Amino acid sequence: MKHDIYSTEGLYRIEEKEDLSPTISRHVIYAPLIAAKARPGHFVILRARPGGERIPVTLVDWNAEAGTVTVIIQAIGKSTTEMNAFKTGEYFSDVAGPLGTPVEIKKWGTVLGVGGGVGIAELYPIARAYKEAGNKVISILGARSKDLLILEKQMEAISDQVIVTTDDGSAGRKGLVTDAMKDLYAAGEKIDAAFTIGPIIMMKFVAETTRPHGTPTFASLNPVMLDGTGMCGGCRVEVGGKPRFACVDGPMFDAHLTNFDLLMKRTAAYREQEASSLENYARDHECRIGLH
Amino acid sequence: MENKPKKPTPSIKQNHGRHQDPVARRSNFDEVALGFGLEEAVTEAARCLNCKNKPCELACPVNVRIPEFVDLVHKEDLGAAASKIFETSLFPAICGRVCPQETYCEAACVLKDRFGPVSIGRLERFTADYARKNGLIKPPACAPDTGRKVACVGSGPTSLAVAAELRKLGHAVTVFEALHEFGGVLSYGIPTFRLPREVVRFEVDMLRKMGVRLLKNVMVGKSITIDELKKDFDVIYIGSGAGLPTPMNAPGEDLVGVYSSNEFLTRVNLMEAYKFPAVDTPYYVGKRVVVVGGGNTAMDSARCAMRLKPERVTLLYRRTRAEMPARGEEVENAMEEGIKFEFLTAPVELEGDEKGRLKRVKCVRMELGAPDASGRRRPVPQKGSEFYIEADSLVVAIGQSPNPVIQQTTAGLSVNKWGGIITEEATGKTSLDGIYAGGDVVRGGATVLLAMKDGKAAARAIHEKLSAKVN
Repeated sequence: MKHDIYSTEGLYRIEEKEDLSPTISRHVIYAPLIAAKARPGHFVILRARPGGERIPVTLVDWNAEAGTVTVIIQAIGKSTTEMNAFKTGEYFSDVAGPLGTPVEIKKWGTVLGVGGGVGIAELYPIARAYKEAGNKVISILGARSKDLLILEKQMEAISDQVIVTTDDGSAGRKGLVTDAMKDLYAAGEKIDAAFTIGPIIMMKFVAETTRPHGTPTFASLNPVMLDGTGMCGGCRVEVGGKPRFACVDGPMFDAHLTNFDLLMKRTAAYREQEASSLENYARDHECRIGLH
Repeated sequence: MENKPKKPTPSIKQNHGRHQDPVARRSNFDEVALGFGLEEAVTEAARCLNCKNKPCELACPVNVRIPEFVDLVHKEDLGAAASKIFETSLFPAICGRVCPQETYCEAACVLKDRFGPVSIGRLERFTADYARKNGLIKPPACAPDTGRKVACVGSGPTSLAVAAELRKLGHAVTVFEALHEFGGVLSYGIPTFRLPREVVRFEVDMLRKMGVRLLKNVMVGKSITIDELKKDFDVIYIGSGAGLPTPMNAPGEDLVGVYSSNEFLTRVNLMEAYKFPAVDTPYYVGKRVVVVGGGNTAMDSARCAMRLKPERVTLLYRRTRAEMPARGEEVENAMEEGIKFEFLTAPVELEGDEKGRLKRVKCVRMELGAPDASGRRRPVPQKGSEFYIEADSLVVAIGQSPNPVIQQTTAGLSVNKWGGIITEEATGKTSLDGIYAGGDVVRGGATVLLAMKDGKAAARAIHEKLSAKVN
């Protein structure tokens, strides 16, 4: 099917919506211009409705033929909760993109992917592209517990080896992703590059684990972002002692040069407002999201 | 319409229009200038001498037919007055509000020195508002379709001007906007109390009615490149603006609570964070706000901050009031609203708490030394004058430079050392065939009116090029 990338007809319609866990949903959205242009590492900015926040989300998949892009959203605050309450056939009011700088796909040899929580979804297209480029792909998937673990099967299909870790041992091995990484190194696995996407604290320790081995390591940073077009500087991160804009220069940066502590402080900027906003929303929509 | 004989009454005192009370307006985002009622407008219009040589019109960046429209206001034919303005500018409600008329038409008015100029800006604004509210505005007729396609990158004032002119001439125009609202700086930058959003939306909507295609959420340079657009369009006009914030490069700039003016204004204006939690985008100013800078963006930032009801807003400027680049009217408005001005003061370091939140600003007093390259006296720090200002938030409003993304992703596009696209001034032609540029992406941070002027000039050149191809 040939799509008119300049047409607004049907734009941002949710063609398919699937709940992967009580808080994580997959949305397939009609956006042919983005679908035609998407590469691994690109993200989009979503708005649920007028008055809604601009929420950056990394693309999980895209289909230029169907004119669709796929995102996986974890309901954390009000906006993401609202998005995950959407049903097939409803519309996002805005989907902007693709944004950011895609990841360079090349032959490294052995590539290690480390995804935590919903970050596994964002790791998926990158791991898949490396596999397609002829790399050996080892994926470590970390989650708090079994019911929050997503895309295990899909990752298995594109990885040479998948290791699952959960905090409570309800799936895979009990422990942290870094435990699994240490075992790989200890077993003599030669890792040529590592990619990590997940909670900041996890990415920081992934970087510390690969550092002594000199493994080139890249982390997908998730700062507070507003316009996503390089205009506001709110998403600035410190990489190699220099300010960089995650929205246009990233979101993937050299993890060994990233100041994760600063990133953690800056992402906490609106925590109070976000919590009160979610609380208000939950009060008004008690039955729908089951937070009470 | 009754045709009143016109007797100019120039000696009546210039009417500057009414304003919202400074104390009341400090706690709302409603428009500060209230302008004229019909009677006031007609009286003010009667002051115009209808000079034959039209100095006001010649001084106008977009050549509004000033004496003619003012005469029609005097005759109380507001629909005709609006149509008269439309002949050269489709955006009178915007220009009537944000144009610094005191440096253009009103500076050229022959009444200026004796009685004060005719309040042309207020009359333009009144005409546009009255015509809009009374359904008197008719979108201008467009020439038959030429089959030629033009893409405008960005939907700020320069692109809007190009789109309007070229659509009128029958070309198919598509406007690409990266954000979810059209208008560029008119939407994300200029506060609603200077430019209400319904005004921007109405004038943008008129383009839509004329058949201009407006596409949001497309960031040219990322979503689609100039080279890709070239396959589908005959001409591309780049009006991507000056959206790159200038950092202070002072220690502590990464503390939470420190904003670029772009982020702060985008949060408050585009995302309407001042309505939080009724809208979802939050803001944080705390009790004490510091704004750094002396231009219009600094005034807008300080005045937005004041409306978020902190205990105080302090503006730091390293020179004196005389050197401030901001419009005099905006500085006065800010002062009336209770913003504290610290002249000859510069921040040197920002200090935070253990959570990385801003706590206080280390400042230094300046004095004016010898003139620098710009001809202005250079501020130099006074030894031993360091002092602290307590602050929960700080807005850096010391300038913007051109958005770099298109320049970085378009091979062969010549760029100057400030990142601005190099163009031929009279036509907006860039180093690449069929690609034109204008507004802030060329000039750096300039004004809405110069951006529109660039757009009109480029539209003329583009039309010439497209017509030549057809024949």
